[in-house]
Formats: sequence, structure tokens, C-alpha cells
Amino acid sequence: MGERYRTYQEVNERIRERKAVVLTAEEYLSLVDEKGVSAAAERVDVVTTGTFAPMCSSGAFVNFGHSDPPIKMTRVSLNDVPAYAGLAAVDAYIGATEVSESRGLEYGGAHVIEDLVARRPVHLKATAYGTDCYPRREFEGDLYLDDLNQAFLFNPRNCYQNYAAATNSSNRTIYTYMGILLPRCGNVTYSTSGQLSPLFKDPLYRTVGIGTRVFLGGGQGYVAWEGTQHNPGQARDDAGVPLGPSGTLSLIGDLKGMNTGFLRACVFEAYGVSLFVGIGVAVPVLDSDLASSLAIRDHQIFTSVFDYSVPSRSRPALRRVSYAELRSGRVELEGKTVRTAPLSSYHKARQITGALKDWILQGRFFLSEPVANLPLEGTVKALDPKEVS
Amino acid sequence: MSKTRIILDFQADSTEKPITCQLVRDYGLSVNILRAKIEPDQAGRLLMEVEAPRDALEKALDFLAEEGIGVRFMEKELRVDKEACVNCGACTAVCGSGALVIGAPEWELVFNAERCVACELCVEACPVRVISVNF
Ligand code: SF4
Ligand code: SF4
Repeated sequence: MGERYRTYQEVNERIRERKAVVLTAEEYLSLVDEKGVSAAAERVDVVTTGTFAPMCSSGAFVNFGHSDPPIKMTRVSLNDVPAYAGLAAVDAYIGATEVSESRGLEYGGAHVIEDLVARRPVHLKATAYGTDCYPRREFEGDLYLDDLNQAFLFNPRNCYQNYAAATNSSNRTIYTYMGILLPRCGNVTYSTSGQLSPLFKDPLYRTVGIGTRVFLGGGQGYVAWEGTQHNPGQARDDAGVPLGPSGTLSLIGDLKGMNTGFLRACVFEAYGVSLFVGIGVAVPVLDSDLASSLAIRDHQIFTSVFDYSVPSRSRPALRRVSYAELRSGRVELEGKTVRTAPLSSYHKARQITGALKDWILQGRFFLSEPVANLPLEGTVKALDPKEVS
Repeated sequence: MSKTRIILDFQADSTEKPITCQLVRDYGLSVNILRAKIEPDQAGRLLMEVEAPRDALEKALDFLAEEGIGVRFMEKELRVDKEACVNCGACTAVCGSGALVIGAPEWELVFNAERCVACELCVEACPVRVISVNF
């Protein structure tokens, strides 16, 4: 921890008094350049971080309210996209990557979520087997987000702490969740906001844990749990920054407070539907360790370029590369210069850090100390069926 | 002299004719073919950049009309809806001509129409579907 500078209570008190010093991750980096880490740490209460990227493991719980006569919905679709209704009578979960039964890969659960958030009407179809208490067997009609009792995003895995970069050594173009990868290593794609990205700035999850209030999709949400495939055991550098995909967050937040500026449906050609999710985390500068990790920048953050033409869980890594190199637009790969392209929007990530800063300055967003910390140990298991005797 | 991008639409019966050759030889056009989709005996499409004095270009266009070849100017064909664009940069991954670029300091997508060769790869590469081509 090193030297202590302030507590959560002190930070929130200063926010309440409109006296908090809040900088975006980029502003903080400039201040560190100018004055050094300890001077920055003394002065700054909170640093805002952000990311805006496609996050497939997303979806929303909705409660439709009861019709008259009531129905216990068993099959539900929204704009022809199946939702999971194996819950109580009028609850359902619409997954972002579920695709439309009539429009295929061009429209899916993420689009339903975006339509709801945009206050566009969504067509509900529900069928049921009928019971004594829920006699109705069918329901069909349009509804708007504000007609729903609850509608909350519940994303099992968002905000990946680092991610692979992708290329394709084969002789044909391949279509992946990392975008279109041209043959013979014709391009490299990557998908994090690097030095703005929340979990790079607090790599050991000291201030990001269960219960942490976050910016989510333009509204406020919370960290609900560790994300699925949370992989804190990934190899890390001396500063604790993981060298490949590592920690993840499960997030929850009210859809009614979100907007399409920070929640957008997307389609990866010949792959499927996903959801761009905007996430921002406000990190309090509690002590000198956090002050240092908040000063980490792109040339200190590394990932590996993987060959996505190998259809295997363990794809070969072609080389290690820093985010500064990836951001430069070109990397050297297999003896040639290859174009790089992001999939996550640095521009939006920057907007998120700015928006979150404004909320804090206006006293509309307070920091919450984690109720429990995320695991710092453990790795991801693979799926290998066991022999059953 | 001005550079113009034109799209030629051929009917099946004119794909055999040496149109490009005539444009160069008889009308003095300087022609750079950017993209061609022509199969013998089928309708075809050619995207070319032509450079010529205005009157020569006009004569060449008359000639193409007589030959029954559809001509469209490329300028307005590729459209990026900047309002809806999220500036992710996914489209720049496939744009080999450098028409679509994103980078520091703004990290906002820049579209240089004059470099576009209308390969259309960006249309399907854009995950939020904000690029359209009327080609
Ligand atoms: S059509 Fe091709 S050349 Fe034109 S902007 Fe798109 S990818 Fe680039
Ligand atoms: S891929 Fe689409 S949304 Fe992303 S920068 Fe290009 S045009 Fe904009």
C-alpha cells in the first residue's frame, strides 16, 4: 500500500462538499508527467477510467407485469429474438448474442436491448401451457421500456482485464469476434482501451470489487460478482499488470437509466451479434501503490498477438506487443509491417472518463468501497469431458 | 484536368468490347482501374479513376452512353453515418487503401473519400452497420 493518502469516507465527504479533485485517466497521466507520482497522489482524490467495447457476455432481465387473465410464459420472444423464460411467470432474460428467428445474424438480443433503451417499441410474443392459476396460453403485443416493471442489464462477463490481439496466418480471410482478419497476416486487431481501461489501473482489484458503483451504459450500475472466466492467475509483470486475458467483472444496472450513446448493438460479420458496453470505474487514490498503478500507460502494458486461423483453444502466439505499438497503427510481424486496428472505441472510453468525472464533480456519483474483494487467485478451467465410470 | 471516379455498368453483350482501351486511345483519358468485376457473357462492373480535360471526359461519357454502358460518379457512393459511428476503428482493419483511418490524438474515424477504391470490405466490417455503399 505504501503511503496512505485518503480514505473512501474522506473522498466521499469531499465529493459532497464539491471539493474533490477528480481527473480522467489521461489528465492524471499528464499531471504525473509534469509533477511526478507523489505530487499527483497528494493532490488527486479520484481518477476516472473507461472502456467501450463489444462484450458478448451481456444481457438483460425483464419483468413484463401480469396480463389479465394471467399467463405463465414458457416461450418468449422479443422482436422475434428468443428470450429465456424458464423463470417465474413473467420474468425473462434476453441474451445479447441470441439471434432473431426471422432476420438471422443481423439482429439479435443486443438489438432488442438497444431498441428498449432507445425507447423504441419491442414486440413481445409469449406462449404457455396454461395452468389453473395462469390460464392464458398466448400473449402478443408491443411494449416500451417504461412499460416494464424491471429491466436491468446483468452481464456475466464484462470489462476484460487485457485481451489477446488477433491476426490470421492462413491464406483466406476469416470472420471472427475480433473482426475481419485478412489473409497472410494482413492485419492485427485488438480490443482494449489500454491506459484508460479500468482493470489496468487497479490491476490487483483493490478498489474494484463486489458492490463497487460504476458507470454502466450511460447510467449507474454495480459490480455484482467476479465475471465468468475471471482469471486472476494469469502471468503478470512486476507491477501486477496481466500479460493476457485476466480478471473480469459481472455487472448489473438499470436499463432505464442507460442510453444508446454507451450501449450499442453490433454485428460481427459471419460471427454473430454482440453488445458494445460502456463501462467507467472511478478509482480513489487511497495510497501510493494505487497512485503508481494509475500512472501505468500503454507502453507498459503488453499482450500477445494470436493466430486466429488455428481453430484451437491454444492458438499459437506470434509475438508479444505493447499497447503503445498497437496504437501506433503498425506492428512488425513475421518480418513485415502489419496494419493494426482497434475494436474498442478509445474515443468513447475517453468520453466515459469525462462523463464520470463530471458526475463526481456534480455530486451525482459517490464511491463505494467493495463489500467483498474479487478473488486474486485461480485460473480458468477448460471443458474436457470426464470419464464417468 | 481533374480526377474523377466512375463506375461503369456493362450489359452482358458489351463485356467483350475493349472499352477501356478505346477510352484511352480515342478519347485521351488517363485511366486507372481500381476494381473490376467482369465475367465473359455476364453483366460486369468496373470502377476506374479517370483523368482528362473536361471536354474529353464529356465526349467519353457520350460514347459510353451510346455503347449502352451505365455510368455513375463515385463521389457520393460510400457513406459513413458519422452521427451513428462509435469510432471503434473496426473498419480500418480491412481498409488497405488508407481511406478509413483512426488514430491519435482524436481517435475519431476519418474517411478520405478520394482514397476509397470501393472494395466494400468496410461495409461488413463495421459492427454497428453505419457504412453503406450504393455501388
Ligand atoms: S470501400 Fe474499401 S477502400 Fe473504400 S473505405 Fe471501405 S474498405 Fe476502404
Ligand atoms: S467500424 Fe463503423 S462504427 Fe466503427 S469506426 Fe468504422 S464506421 Fe465507425
